[in-house]
Amino acid sequence: MPIKVRIPTPLRKLTHDEEIVHVNAATVGAAIAELQSRYPGIKERLTDDAGSVRRFVNVYVNEEDIRFLQNQDTSLKDGDEISIIPAIAGG
Amino acid sequence: MKALKCRECGREYPLTANHVCEFDFGPLEVVYDYERIKLTLTRAAIQSRPKNMWRFRELLPIEGDPTVGVEVGCTPLIKADRLAERLGIRELWVKNDAVNYPTLSFKDRVVSVALSRARELGFTTVACASTGNLANSVAANAAAAGLKAYVFIPSDLEHSKVINSLIYGGNVIGIKGHYDEVNRLCAEIAGKYPWAFVNVNMRPYYAEGSKSMGFEIIEQSGWRVPPHTVVCMASGSLLTKIHKSYQEAIKLGLAPETPYRIHGAQATGCSPISTAQKAGLDFFKPVKPNTIAKSLAIGTPADGFYALRVMKETDGSSDDVSDDQIREGIKLLAECEGIFAETAGGVTVGVARKLIASGAIPADASAVLCITGNGLKTMEAMAGHAGHTREIKPSLRDFEDLLDAETRVPAHA
Repeated sequence: MPIKVRIPTPLRKLTHDEEIVHVNAATVGAAIAELQSRYPGIKERLTDDAGSVRRFVNVYVNEEDIRFLQNQDTSLKDGDEISIIPAIAGG
Repeated sequence: MKALKCRECGREYPLTANHVCEFDFGPLEVVYDYERIKLTLTRAAIQSRPKNMWRFRELLPIEGDPTVGVEVGCTPLIKADRLAERLGIRELWVKNDAVNYPTLSFKDRVVSVALSRARELGFTTVACASTGNLANSVAANAAAAGLKAYVFIPSDLEHSKVINSLIYGGNVIGIKGHYDEVNRLCAEIAGKYPWAFVNVNMRPYYAEGSKSMGFEIIEQSGWRVPPHTVVCMASGSLLTKIHKSYQEAIKLGLAPETPYRIHGAQATGCSPISTAQKAGLDFFKPVKPNTIAKSLAIGTPADGFYALRVMKETDGSSDDVSDDQIREGIKLLAECEGIFAETAGGVTVGVARKLIASGAIPADASAVLCITGNGLKTMEAMAGHAGHTREIKPSLRDFEDLLDAETRVPAHA
């Protein structure tokens, strides 16, 4: 199941400047695990010691914040898009 | 300025257009050389300078002279005796950024810093994601500075805020979604286009501009930190920067170290921070906003963690108010002090009222309310709620009939 992942600028050094990568994963958590196996070091940037997504990282599946879905248990299907975005100040 | 530094892990970065730590996504913040600043930034030096926010320039993160928004700031701090009586508190002050220059909100402070710094870094196009006030300010200040502007707003914003963004001739993009969605899109655009996004890659500089509101409050209070300050919260950034301004003023000897509490105000329809504060949590749960206080409608507040920390450290409190209470707050401020604030101001007044009633702000205390924007921009919220005009023919008799009917008192009594 190819899932498209948009990599934010601060992480592109790890993905060799790739802005979009594809993974095959059934959940957001599995997608992060696959990213880690291909781009070692990326998981610790995204998650804290307890394995939770860091508080200044927002993860979206098809433009919906995973905190409104099932967090890392959010299931993925063919063609889904994941965006990883740093928190931004207000306006 | 010495460097940018991650607020989470402390890693340092050069002073470029960069807002996020690449290790833990923590926000970057400007580091100053306070020992050096202490040598020049004295009360006397500040008082000798022109009446605008740049009189505190050593604590605002640009390298040269400001080139954008030179006249911003130094808005009135008024003693609000009539409102104090209505809210049941001994002494109340209103810091009135509803009359900030040039676009009638506190955002002119952050934008003058962000655009001055953007120019120093060589940018020719500036941009922002906005709930309205920031869009107005970026559009206006960019026009005056000859910079190209792209402002992104939720497409359902108040009519006045849309016109107030369009009038300056920049590019105004309405996004079919709420602010958090505008923000997400802008984060992606900012990663792709070489623009100075004031609240994305320019955020470390931009956010510091809010401190000027706090410095001014201290100076206008006779070089004292007010014991209670009530601040409305959207992302929570203003509240944290007011706190920082108080800390810096104390550190530099501009004000004596006295206890102070900072209280946060939200609308019930978008209250992730106040809900967490009231529950004693140090983290918040994002929400989908639904409130007339559109300028505060940020469901995923980027500085929410830090705002919670500031309230905890200063023994502050917070609360939230319904749409009706927001309107009551707007009317109270208008009827008592002659100040027409936007919905966010109604939130601040409404929450102050609740905190005074509950004793969180003691009745014998003195408090400052931070009013951040102008009511002329959010007229829809008050339409049908501000009373109505009585129409008569241009005739003295008709007028006296009307007076008589309304007051039941003879005109010559």
